[in-house]
Amino acid sequence: MATLIFPEHPSPVADAEALKKAFQGWGTNEKAIISILGHRNAVQRKLIRKAYEDMYAEDLVKRLESELSGDFEKVIYRWILDPEERDAVLLNVAIKHKPSPDYRVIVEFSTIYNPEEFLAVKRAYQHRFKHSLEEDIAQHTTGDLRKLLVGLASPYKYAGGEMDVKLAKSEADKLQDLVKDKALNHEEVIRIITTRSNAQIVAALNHYKDSHGTAITKHLKDDPANDYLAALLTAIRSINNPQKHYEKVLRIALNKPGTDEDAITRVIVTRAEKDLNDIKDIYYKRNSVALDHAISNETSSHYKAFLLALLGKD
Amino acid sequence: MAVADEFGVLTKAFTGLGVDEKSLISILGKWHPEHKQSFRKTTRDIFVEDERQFERWDDRHVQKLQQEFLRFKDAVVLWTMHPWERDARLLREAVYKGPKYGILVEIACTRSSEELLGARRAYHSLFEHSIEEDIAFHIHSSEKKLLVGLVSAYRYEGPKYGEEVAKSEAKILKNVIKDGAKKLHEEEEIVRILTTRSKLHLKAVFKHYKETSGNYLDEDLGDHLILKQTVQCLCKPETYFTEVLDVSLKGIGHDFAKEALTRVIVTRADVDLKLIKEEYHHLSGFTLSHKIEEIANGNFKDFLLTLIARGDQEN
Repeated sequence: MATLIFPEHPSPVADAEALKKAFQGWGTNEKAIISILGHRNAVQRKLIRKAYEDMYAEDLVKRLESELSGDFEKVIYRWILDPEERDAVLLNVAIKHKPSPDYRVIVEFSTIYNPEEFLAVKRAYQHRFKHSLEEDIAQHTTGDLRKLLVGLASPYKYAGGEMDVKLAKSEADKLQDLVKDKALNHEEVIRIITTRSNAQIVAALNHYKDSHGTAITKHLKDDPANDYLAALLTAIRSINNPQKHYEKVLRIALNKPGTDEDAITRVIVTRAEKDLNDIKDIYYKRNSVALDHAISNETSSHYKAFLLALLGKD
Repeated sequence: MAVADEFGVLTKAFTGLGVDEKSLISILGKWHPEHKQSFRKTTRDIFVEDERQFERWDDRHVQKLQQEFLRFKDAVVLWTMHPWERDARLLREAVYKGPKYGILVEIACTRSSEELLGARRAYHSLFEHSIEEDIAFHIHSSEKKLLVGLVSAYRYEGPKYGEEVAKSEAKILKNVIKDGAKKLHEEEEIVRILTTRSKLHLKAVFKHYKETSGNYLDEDLGDHLILKQTVQCLCKPETYFTEVLDVSLKGIGHDFAKEALTRVIVTRADVDLKLIKEEYHHLSGFTLSHKIEEIANGNFKDFLLTLIARGDQEN
């Protein structure tokens, strides 16, 4: 379930006027920005952008960029873009990340979004960056990691509910053999994870657990320095239980010294209108602390206020 | 017509691509038993002398005849089909009745990004799997990586590309080819460049390759057929299709070389058949229509000639 709270029929014209007022004079009225944008869904935000452009002959996005700064500016920028464009931007940032690409974003979007959603993101990526997502990923990675990430980003997976039980069993057995031989970068592992539908993969993973006693993820924790294994583990966890994956991302981002604001922003912004409420529940169960509380402790000022608004604070 | 000539016409009506329905009707329709018997006794490659004193129709020839009667029907069905369904079925056949790498490369590389995506959608509907997973699962050779990559591609189709990047990638290709690995289609950088770059970018790479090495990239890849076909299909499809037609029209090929004639004409009729005709003429000295007149028969022949003539009206 989503956490975003928004009114049924706000007036885009009134919102645009209020935002314009927030930019006037010395400084910016961040509270006003948060109280409006923090309570509008994607359709409503798009209408505000259009109204603002029509009324003031100015791009709201550019104005916000110039008025704001820091983590607050980043979260507002990601929030005001159309969802597909925002996801394209997040992917591009992840690919260009130094010293090495942030594979988490690529893995998340390619495994958690359904094929049509992901295709829309790829189109937005091409439109904005004049390259395909696949060619940029390929250019910035090598070896096994490249095979896995390009392999996850390229296919247009079958998304029908049909699932072949016999096939799931045989592929679970294949995975078991490869795990035994410590051949986790084997072609067959990549083939199954990158080409099979999510339903089919989950069936195989379940069968693996049922017949071999442990989940395959237990065997993948061996080498934290190995980006490929880490990405593979992320992919499997994301396919199996997306909300649990997101909880872990948030938990690590909030606990590390020098909070990882980019990761927090990404999760909150991309899931606020989808399943952030479920993620909140899992977070509480796992950490005995409410997510709102943890975010309150680790972030500050307008950035914090905006995140809390998206989390459902009135 | 003299009876001996009739034998000749009838034999021709049974050989080549498609059948000459009109001749079969007009000649066979009026023959009496003794004419038919005479025909059977003299046409040794269609009829065999059975030990129990009768002329038996050779089984293989009847089978071939069946195929030739169906050739027109196949062309009609293929032509009328939605291009997405058509390409999905061609891909399926290429995986399950082969595998025929050439057809996989052809469809993956000569269609636009949206057309290829459409074919993949249709494949979902028709076969409840993705083409990506089927190729990955059913093909076990070293060509698999390249093929999965090509068929998964959703290439950028805008006008922008990086001239400097194209230059450096031409250099990368030059070096990899020079190193002379046997299984060039497994080389990481070759797969990356050919399966992810836009067609415009690849054409620039092709151009720089020629400028810096003096050779054409597809010629230098001559020993690696699948790579040569990939480069041709991506950069100059007319050349690829002309070569396929040439083999098919020489009439010596296997069954799927003959099917290529239908496939190429039907799938390119509204795309670049005009260019292909020109290039074929340039390569062989014959016009495409001329060759088809020679080796095809009846409705099948007429259908192909009609499709070919469509382009001419748009002048």
